[in-house]
Amino acid sequence: MTRLFISRDSTALSLGAEQVVTAIQQQAAAKGQSVEIVRNGSRGLFWLEPLVEVETSEGRVAYGPVEVSDVASLLEAGALEGKQHPLYLGNIEELPYFKNQDRLTFARVGLTDPVNINDYIANDGYRGLKNALNLQPAEIVKQVTDSGLRGRGGAAFPTGIKWNTVLNAPAEQKYIVCNADEGDSGTFSDRMIMEGDPFVLIEGMTIAGLAVGATQGYIYLRVEYPHAQIALNQAIAAAYANGYLGDNIQNSGKTFNLEVRMGAGAYICGEETSLLESLEGKRGLVRFKPPLPAIVGLFGKPTIVNNVISLASVPVILDKGGDFYRDYGMGRSRGTLPLQLAGNIKHPGLFEAAFGMTLRELLYEYGGGSASGRPIRAVQVGGPLGAYVHEGQFDTPLDYEAFAAISAVLGHGGIVVHDETVNMADMARYAMEFCVEESCGKCTPCRIGSTRGVEVIDRIVDGVEKDKNTVLLRDLCNTMTYGSLCAMGGMTPFPVLSALNHFPEDFGLKSKA
Amino acid sequence: MQDYQTQKSTVLDILDKHQTMPGNLLPILHGIQDTLGYIPPAAVADIANALHLSKAEVHGVISFYHYFRDTAPGKHTVRICRAESCQSMNGKALENHAKQHLNIDFHETTADGRFSLEPVYCLGNCACSPSITIDNEVFGRVTPEKFDQLLACKGAE
Ligand SMILES: Cc1cc2nc3c(=O)[nH]c(=O)nc-3n(C[C@H](O)[C@H](O)[C@H](O)COP(=O)(O)O)c2cc1C
Ligand code: SF4
Ligand code: FES
Ligand code: FES
Repeated sequence: MTRLFISRDSTALSLGAEQVVTAIQQQAAAKGQSVEIVRNGSRGLFWLEPLVEVETSEGRVAYGPVEVSDVASLLEAGALEGKQHPLYLGNIEELPYFKNQDRLTFARVGLTDPVNINDYIANDGYRGLKNALNLQPAEIVKQVTDSGLRGRGGAAFPTGIKWNTVLNAPAEQKYIVCNADEGDSGTFSDRMIMEGDPFVLIEGMTIAGLAVGATQGYIYLRVEYPHAQIALNQAIAAAYANGYLGDNIQNSGKTFNLEVRMGAGAYICGEETSLLESLEGKRGLVRFKPPLPAIVGLFGKPTIVNNVISLASVPVILDKGGDFYRDYGMGRSRGTLPLQLAGNIKHPGLFEAAFGMTLRELLYEYGGGSASGRPIRAVQVGGPLGAYVHEGQFDTPLDYEAFAAISAVLGHGGIVVHDETVNMADMARYAMEFCVEESCGKCTPCRIGSTRGVEVIDRIVDGVEKDKNTVLLRDLCNTMTYGSLCAMGGMTPFPVLSALNHFPEDFGLKSKA
Repeated sequence: MQDYQTQKSTVLDILDKHQTMPGNLLPILHGIQDTLGYIPPAAVADIANALHLSKAEVHGVISFYHYFRDTAPGKHTVRICRAESCQSMNGKALENHAKQHLNIDFHETTADGRFSLEPVYCLGNCACSPSITIDNEVFGRVTPEKFDQLLACKGAE
């Protein structure tokens, strides 16, 4: 019996992993070779998917990217014994792209069977929970505070401080809500965790429950992620069956229940108060703050709302200690950030690294430059509300404060690359159009301003009173920035103004130089 | 359009199953759309009644969310990603090709009822842009040629 690993990750599936599984099963059976195919998470080196890993006495040997038409020659060449073949990659963990990562949160993704709880436990799973069960709530929160972890959903708010607020809010009922809406284009780290190691999220949420005295958790998952939904529900069922969720977690007398709830295709429902409205069964209108969700959250009760990666980083912190995690990173950005390289890039994928690497290193050393082979012109970091950065800014270290200093954001760590064929006036217009489409409609600068923004950009591009309309666009952006209730309207000016400032020639305006 | 009387028992059944669930409106709407393919406008009264909401409130929720629809979809729903990463890999050309090939715009269904076309803003498949889904299946690095092949496979079903 040979053990193979072929991913169940959606991106691997989108490239035909399922068909490769079927072909190997059929052709191996026809040859009388017996194989067991484990459906793991993805290693995150997506240009090599569908990746086939074979377990040998010398460790795993990988082949990729494998198409159905390669299967016959792979079996012929002896791939089941780890032999040579044009698609032979050797041990994937020895490739610089993988080896030079700091995989703390993603430690198990690609290694284990995502929904097998024994596999999880055998690979250091539930060690953080075990420690947490022996700590007082305030001591758990202290570990998280000491780790320096800041919210990975975008706003980078210190997680420990949020937890402490909920801990100190007296209430009969409190909630843990995981923000799994992952609406930012160019991002997929939440999805990869949920599909590739769902138990680490479940464990993180359980620890959060113990830390603040919450007995009910919800994962608000975007409807675009059906494979994550399946994996989460399989893992949650296994956790209940093995006493890791429910009324008496590992015989501690502690309770934590967990449920997945599906979103319905509204980007704004990733904003935490809109998300809570949605969970309550309402339109996703953004709430005024204060009160903070930590005080008045879901169904009016104190609630932790954290991103998937924030929560999935908690188990390693509770396992190895806040200091261990804090030792990674730079400045006030501690620990690691799972970066997602996407768009026009030769080697797209997930790259978990300590804060501090430069954007240039990531783009060229690991990303290999553009996919098209043309020069990279603009890179949008941090999702659709993030600024476009240009070549002259590529030496900025990936660090929250360093990005803020160049009027940009790191956000959820998405990096979308555009080559020189991009038209930045089109991208600016798209940013406004997206805001029209996704605004919750509660406040005027966002709801109306975005529609006016599209019109003004059209006028500039059409050459109608260019200078006057450029002033108007800047004015409008100013109103949106300072007059919007939430970052939807408040940050749409980031992509728009960065496009205008760095690439005025695309708007038919005089270039800076 | 189907007669609501044949759908009503399904709706009542779903309402019944979710009776005690906190924040049950979205799960109910998903349940109905998963089963019937859409949320029949005539169901709004039953939903409102069961949840002690006004019809306007229920309608307001349905219309707020892009995913919910109140008309029957085609046999297959094709969603094309319009977001930035897919744009960087010729997603716009794919979008135009799809509209031309199917001879419909977004939010429309082909005359033969086989395909509905919807925009989507990121499928989390940005590492292999441009991306589309057909029903619940995701496809990456979709060229116009690949698009035609995928639809031909579905059309034959
Ligand atoms: C328009 C908008 C969309 C957002 N989308 C998401 C999202 O998809 N996922 C997420 O985790 N946070 C999102 N956020 C940030 C959340 O409001 C919130 O800061 C986050 O869930 C808190 O968790 P964290 O501290 O762990 O990051 C969004 C914010 C805004 C304004
Ligand atoms: S800025 Fe836009 S999305 Fe945010 S509350 Fe106002 S209208 Fe809603
Ligand atoms: S909608 Fe808020 S001021 Fe009119
Ligand atoms: S931007 Fe198209 S899949 Fe993410």
